[in-house]
Amino acid sequence: MQRIGVFVCHCGTNIAATVDVKAVAEALGHEPGVVISQDYQYMCSESGQNLVKDAIKEHNLTGIVICSCSPRMHENTFRKAAASVGLNPYLVEIANIREQCSWIHKEIATATEKAIILGKAAVAKVHLNAPLTAGESPVVKRALVIGGGIAGIQTALDIAEAGFDVDIVEKEPTIGGKMAQIDKTFPTLDCAACILTPKMVECSQNEKIHIHSFSEVSDVKGFVGNFTVTIKKKARFVDETKCTGCGLCTEKCPMKKVPNEFNMGLDNRTAIYIPFAQAVPKVATIDPNHCMMLKTGKCGVCSKVCSVGAIDYKQQDQFIEEKYGAIVVATGFNPIKLDKYDEFAYNQCADVVTSLELERLMNAAGPNGGTLLRPSDKTHPHKIVFVQCVGSRCDDSKGKPYCSKICCMYTAKHAMLIREKYPDTEVYVFYIDVRTPGKNFDEFYRRAVEQYNVHYIKGMVGKVTPKSDGKIDVQASDLLSNEQLHIDADLVVLAAAIEPDKTARPLATMLTTQMDTNDFFTEAHPKLRPVESATAGIFLSGACQGPKDIPETVAQGSAAAAKAIGLLCKNSITCNPCVAHSDELMCNGCSSCEKVCPYGAITYIDKEFRMPDRTTAIRRVASVNPAVCQGCGACTVACPSGAMDLNGFSNSQIMAEVDAICK
Amino acid sequence: MDKNLKEQILRASGVNVLKCMRCGKCSGTCPSYDEMEYHPHQFVYMVEKGDIEKLMNSASLYKCLTCFACVERCPRNVEPAKVVEAVRLAAIRQQGNNHLTPAMIPDMIDEDIPQQALVTAFRKYTK
Repeated sequence: MQRIGVFVCHCGTNIAATVDVKAVAEALGHEPGVVISQDYQYMCSESGQNLVKDAIKEHNLTGIVICSCSPRMHENTFRKAAASVGLNPYLVEIANIREQCSWIHKEIATATEKAIILGKAAVAKVHLNAPLTAGESPVVKRALVIGGGIAGIQTALDIAEAGFDVDIVEKEPTIGGKMAQIDKTFPTLDCAACILTPKMVECSQNEKIHIHSFSEVSDVKGFVGNFTVTIKKKARFVDETKCTGCGLCTEKCPMKKVPNEFNMGLDNRTAIYIPFAQAVPKVATIDPNHCMMLKTGKCGVCSKVCSVGAIDYKQQDQFIEEKYGAIVVATGFNPIKLDKYDEFAYNQCADVVTSLELERLMNAAGPNGGTLLRPSDKTHPHKIVFVQCVGSRCDDSKGKPYCSKICCMYTAKHAMLIREKYPDTEVYVFYIDVRTPGKNFDEFYRRAVEQYNVHYIKGMVGKVTPKSDGKIDVQASDLLSNEQLHIDADLVVLAAAIEPDKTARPLATMLTTQMDTNDFFTEAHPKLRPVESATAGIFLSGACQGPKDIPETVAQGSAAAAKAIGLLCKNSITCNPCVAHSDELMCNGCSSCEKVCPYGAITYIDKEFRMPDRTTAIRRVASVNPAVCQGCGACTVACPSGAMDLNGFSNSQIMAEVDAICK
Repeated sequence: MDKNLKEQILRASGVNVLKCMRCGKCSGTCPSYDEMEYHPHQFVYMVEKGDIEKLMNSASLYKCLTCFACVERCPRNVEPAKVVEAVRLAAIRQQGNNHLTPAMIPDMIDEDIPQQALVTAFRKYTK
């Protein structure tokens, strides 16, 4: 005979204001098997937990139901409390009468009725709960960082510092990411390369860190503590171990008209190239789309001039498989394409540029050697207009609904740097709002206005029209003086919205992690677990989780490293015992479950069975690897014969809940 | 835009108009708001842009009570009333631009007005 205890929480007024908790406790007290039913103001408090523990001991309870908040919040709390007095933690059921009841209903009568029904369902389920024991699985003491920008670099350095091996997978030929393209950083105006490149060098010199550049993750299997990842090392047609990065090949290569991605296409590079002088690893890469040797078989100049024989035109993509305990995603961001914004004439006029292009135009290692010149005629611009929120905070199909967060500050930086270096230049910034939260950020923006006399105008640019004399007519509104302005500009700079890198979406599918509608990775909890994904063992670092500036990215990179280190420190981790298992006598070997399993936990085995007529037959049946199964339940739904069942959420338990609700 | 006029007003008022962050608190607190064509925040912004002729020709100059509520409450210490004062001075200092003449007094006289107010008015509205 079951002896069940029911405990109804007020959650202060969170539940009690909308649900008559006393009536709920009273009603559930009459359910079959319930021997004690109580309510209390804060069940999760120490005295509330003691109330539960004492009742378990006093009434010798065989199962308990807590009517409270979501199990995501406190299931673990009550499981621990039950275990501490000898009740198997999987004999605890939570009825969610807060998020799914009191918070969404207004009328006390209906909310109370629903709370009672939810409580009855939980009681019906706990009748069928069986004690479960969690197993353990070992942890591979190696981490994978996907993305080699400042986020990935910081994470890798911190994990290596703790003594664990880390691999960085970077899709470009060099690590460094967006920060390597940036000229100066706000709000201190220190040189980005000066603070980034030492970290890049540290990565290459640290014996715990292994950089797979020009590589991509092509497959992920396994689970927390035990991931198996396939890394595709793309053919770069240069032997990384031999190339010394002398750069002679890049000087001699006759194919000199390839748009240079690192300089945002503002100048050209050769077909064999090293992205920039401080690249790590400093190894040349051949661009197969432009190399004449690879396209036509005629040339071979780089191979002839290479003194160490590093060029290998026959190199193929290579796949390597490696095991990891933790994976950190640091795939970063890109500015959006502005093709759809015809009103800003970005595609029509070379002198309408994005902010990242301006970074390169102003960079000493950029196309103009650091002198700010118009891309069209290489003259000094004397009137520059900045447009903020280009594609940010747009509810239309062209832009992004969110604030890109970094644009206000980098625009203030650009405006200030230009006024500092070229005082004869008039600078206008059109803004909707100036958003500068952050340490020393607003002071920085005010300095642009007060000290550098940058003209900040509240209002948006409506139309940009290139004129025949080379000037650009900028038509905009000045909302404060309620008039339309026309500015004859020489250069227009658009603060394009930022979006997650395109590789993030397929990666999220491989990692079975969640994304929001904008393709930013979703954190496990927006406040309390900001660097963990909801999938155990997968951590988030940098702008792949949301728009971030460099200090925030570095902070989050270190935080993700700390979480990964916490996992890697353990020799083994407790598994979830709520996993699927198959009733072999009912399994008909159809493979439906194997196909729907997102974790690859199900395999088919041929097994001998004794048949009713005393013969033996070999049948093909499903077998679940409990270490890999995450208990999602997809297989139990797919199974046509009802052979697949989930511990803790068995078909009979679910049906008992449904029956209790429908009764 | 008359650069000299802008310079003159900035010098006379001693105000750094660039410090304004356009919050509107000055106009939000102004007791003469409804009487004015241009409001305190507009004075600051229009002086910054050099758009001063409009202000000098506006009756708003004489609606400001110089109560200094805007100066007291400005979060950036911009002191808009001083800008208004400087523009007013620039207007009345032009030849024949006195806003008050002794001939106008008899019609305006009211027993409740202290004599000191009349003296102050002459100081403010005449060269």
